[in-house]
Amino acid sequence: MNSFSIALLIIGVTFDLFGCIGLIRLPDIYNRLQSATKCVTLGTCSILLSLFIHYGFTPVGIKALIAIPLLFFAATVGAHALSRGSYIYGIKMTDKTIRDDYKKEFKK
Amino acid sequence: MKYITLFICMLLLWLLLTFNLHSANIIIGIVASLVVMMLFGNKFFKDWQKFYNPLRYLWGIVYLIFFIWECLKANFDVAYRVLSPKMPIKPGILKVKCTLKSDIAKTFLANSITMTPGTITVDVIDNHLFVHWIYVSSQDPNVYTKKIAGRFEKLLKKVFE
Repeated sequence: MNSFSIALLIIGVTFDLFGCIGLIRLPDIYNRLQSATKCVTLGTCSILLSLFIHYGFTPVGIKALIAIPLLFFAATVGAHALSRGSYIYGIKMTDKTIRDDYKKEFKK
Repeated sequence: MKYITLFICMLLLWLLLTFNLHSANIIIGIVASLVVMMLFGNKFFKDWQKFYNPLRYLWGIVYLIFFIWECLKANFDVAYRVLSPKMPIKPGILKVKCTLKSDIAKTFLANSITMTPGTITVDVIDNHLFVHWIYVSSQDPNVYTKKIAGRFEKLLKKVFE
């Protein structure tokens, strides 16, 4: 059981690292948010799950388990608010963008 | 009844969060839940009857398993795009039609879309979701609507509507 929780911990830290690399490499804010929400959320959830397996059904373990859904909602709602806010503020999308349906709706 | 449902939910969350059954702890939990109930009771879901239907919870578990699988795929997809030297991205914002009606179902659909492969919900206007996609593989509305929202809508209809 102990080695399983350590394996989950390593997976979590690796995905957090991928998320951070994506934050630096990708071109504009919308693409950066993609890596910031997905990789970092799964990485952190994996770390919390390993904490739960290590401590079992004790106060610490249950708190780690409850933190997972809270983190999910915080990350998704945060990403939505950031992307919408930056679009309204007028931050341009990268040159590679091939289609933008939101622009028409926004001008009305 | 709406208020009592919120009260039960809050009390369960409190008991899980503190995780002990001393009488003092339970009394504090009841007081805190009452305060929350007074403040936010009228902002709770309008159709509270759905909370007492056990079939919905079963479909919720099915949805959860499906969602975790999709989420894992999403992560490998994004990790591949980030790490590969050429960076195969082709981003764009698409307008996706959704058939769900209740607000809570739409919220869950938008959150699920944000967590699955390469898509982020930018805005929801009436019955249309605006989705930022990191790799636009087809521009045909039928194909991408099915790809982005179709797989969740069937299950979410059973859970929330």
